Amino acid sequence: MDSRYLNVFLEEATEHVENLNSNLLNLEKNPTQEVVEEIFRSAHTLKGMAGTMGFNKISELTHEMENLLHEIRNGRFLVTSSIVDILLECVDLIQKMLENISLEGSEGQIEITSSVDKLRKFLAGESELILKEPSEEDEAPFNEFEIRIMEEASRKNLKIWEVLIRLSDDCLLKSARAFLVFKALENLGDIIKTRPHVQDIEDEKFENEFYIYLVSPKSEKEILDAVNSVSEIKSVTVKEIKMNAEMNKTGESELSVSSQITFTSDKTGDKTKIKNTTKTLRVDIERLDNLMNLVSELIIIKTRLEEQDRTPEHVQKRREALEYLARITSSLHDAVMKVRMIPIENVFNRFPRVVRDLSKELKKQVNLIIEGAETELDRTIIDEIGDPLVHLIRNAMDHGIETPEERIKKGKPQEGTLKLKAYHDGNNVVIEVSDDGRGVDLEKVLEKAQNLNLVDKVQGKKLKENEILNFLFEPGFSTKEKVTDISGRGVGLDVVKTKIESLGGSVEVKTKKDEGTTFLIRLPLTLAIIQALMVELGKEKYAIPLSSIKEIVILQKEELRKVQNNEVILLRGNVIPILRLHQILDISAGESDEETLTVVIVKKGDKEVGLIVDNLLGEQEIVIKSLGNFLKNIKFIAGATILGNGQVALILDINALI
Amino acid sequence: MEEIRQFVVFKLGQEEYGVDIMQVNTIERMMPITRVPKAPDFVEGVINLRGEIIPVIDLKKRFGLASGEITPDTRIIIVMLDDLTVGMIVDSATEVVQLTQDSIEPPPSVAGNISSDFLEGIGKIGDRLLIILNLEKILKPGEVEARAAM
Repeated sequence: MDSRYLNVFLEEATEHVENLNSNLLNLEKNPTQEVVEEIFRSAHTLKGMAGTMGFNKISELTHEMENLLHEIRNGRFLVTSSIVDILLECVDLIQKMLENISLEGSEGQIEITSSVDKLRKFLAGESELILKEPSEEDEAPFNEFEIRIMEEASRKNLKIWEVLIRLSDDCLLKSARAFLVFKALENLGDIIKTRPHVQDIEDEKFENEFYIYLVSPKSEKEILDAVNSVSEIKSVTVKEIKMNAEMNKTGESELSVSSQITFTSDKTGDKTKIKNTTKTLRVDIERLDNLMNLVSELIIIKTRLEEQDRTPEHVQKRREALEYLARITSSLHDAVMKVRMIPIENVFNRFPRVVRDLSKELKKQVNLIIEGAETELDRTIIDEIGDPLVHLIRNAMDHGIETPEERIKKGKPQEGTLKLKAYHDGNNVVIEVSDDGRGVDLEKVLEKAQNLNLVDKVQGKKLKENEILNFLFEPGFSTKEKVTDISGRGVGLDVVKTKIESLGGSVEVKTKKDEGTTFLIRLPLTLAIIQALMVELGKEKYAIPLSSIKEIVILQKEELRKVQNNEVILLRGNVIPILRLHQILDISAGESDEETLTVVIVKKGDKEVGLIVDNLLGEQEIVIKSLGNFLKNIKFIAGATILGNGQVALILDINALI
Repeated sequence: MEEIRQFVVFKLGQEEYGVDIMQVNTIERMMPITRVPKAPDFVEGVINLRGEIIPVIDLKKRFGLASGEITPDTRIIIVMLDDLTVGMIVDSATEVVQLTQDSIEPPPSVAGNISSDFLEGIGKIGDRLLIILNLEKILKPGEVEARAAM
């Protein structure tokens, strides 16, 4: 199969899956016709695409989904949380199949029959749910779905009209007449329901009369006129329906879902906006990289010019040119960055689903608030940040937020709040994950840390709050007694921390007993250009990312000490191990014999190591380039960069060194 | 119709070698090479080729031969194989020749001083012999790692 089409298929299919996910959640709290339509369209498109590409399982599954959605669209089924559950389950299966396709080129051994059966059972009305709520359309004139629409309409001061149309007894093409009536009324407003069902009207399965329920701002007379413009009509009766409490009864219990998802922006009061399939411009990443290369060339030339400027004969004009060049490069840099930036929404969109599923599983009520979803981050970071965030969310819901009973006892609202917030802060993007749960029990953490021998009892007493909280990020640390499916296996926060640090970011915790916990993640805007310290080792130049440098110290040789054959230095009472880069990097030229040592102290989390270098060459903005596939997995080297003189300098991988 | 292939001819010592022209990107003069620590011994380092970082190997070392001096004739042949772009240092790059597929014979078990694993075959141009390389074997990571581990 042509991989070009496969890629396009995967990208588009993934978009539709995301769309399905978010719209299904939307459907649960806001079951309007438009949302159903949107879901139906996505499912339908997916079916077509998968069919064309020969992915039969996906196309079969979406076909069944479509059938059910069709019935929902026609108002035959209420939207209940169990319908949403099964549809979400199908979406998950599709997602798994798409993953398999992208990895192996085929859908893999994924079992879809049970989901297909469930969908079919729903359709056949065998499901428990349907038994509980027989579709007695005629007795209970409106289902939950329609009532919602009607409530919505009356909020907006639209009227709901019941139009009874009697066709002439000698009318030949009843369905055609009915169709014309539909047409006429559609111009005035929205038809929310017909009696008998629209399908039956189309099939002429009705006597001479039928009801149309219309939401419209128009008056009784206008409706009458519209219907009367159609011929072969015996009589028309128009009656306004007032919303009353009686109608509200149907299916109420089914619809209340324990997790209510609110986006802070949707308080506009108006119709909740439905997100259409995002219109994005697909840019080949290779082209972007190319653009990036150009910019890096420019930066190189800038650096070169700057170096020349230091020579005595600086000419005014050259300086002006240089300033100009600097301005161009920085704006070009910004422009390119923007191309690579995508809103963090792309990650956040997954979370309403995660929260919904978890709150059901944990039987906790959680209100997820998302703020700043439009904040933009580099594509590479967006791709990586999802998993750590899911982890924090799981943690917050499992450990942080209490059960409803516990919350009531504490005098808190029954429903917990989980807040995801992203915002810019200087050259960083900050993501906050906060809950209003029980907070971290510092004593328990300390106790656990002592049990794990991370700290002894005497020292433990002296620790400050944030030092104790840092234990949370130690491997194998979990204070939850019970191991659950969601979190508490002791793998987790350390992984989160490592991941975020590998992206050049940092993470911290703030907590207050019974008020909640906040995880603060700080990420760089981009990974492609970083500040680095250039150092010299023998005749070679290396770059050390500034973000991992703690400080630089100049020491006398005598200050080096040996502890169990390892060299260390004492710095303000801390013992810091020393690494001789000359040996580690097999540098042929010997170390200088000078009496003083230049030591760059680098950090990875709480660990610190001193690196002995020959010379410091200064701080510089560098463009990170990969060493390529041929030299991947070279230890201690994170990449390369091109210096002002065109030579290549390697970037040290501090994480690998420590 | 005979299949005609073109080869870039280069020299290592006295022997002439050929690499399929479809795999050759450019031929560069010698330039400064930055050493990469912990890389396999035949990897000379990396170069900056118009803004791209390209690894460079010493082909003689790769074949287990003594590496030669750098002369004004020394060239770096930039070759591409799937997703790999690699420069190969050779003593000189001389010409491009055409060969028909049937004038290429399978490699003898020992060709000159290098292992027949690295060869695709021996091409004959009149009385000249052209040792045709199998880049797959020379460049593929599995090979490289295996050697790095030695």
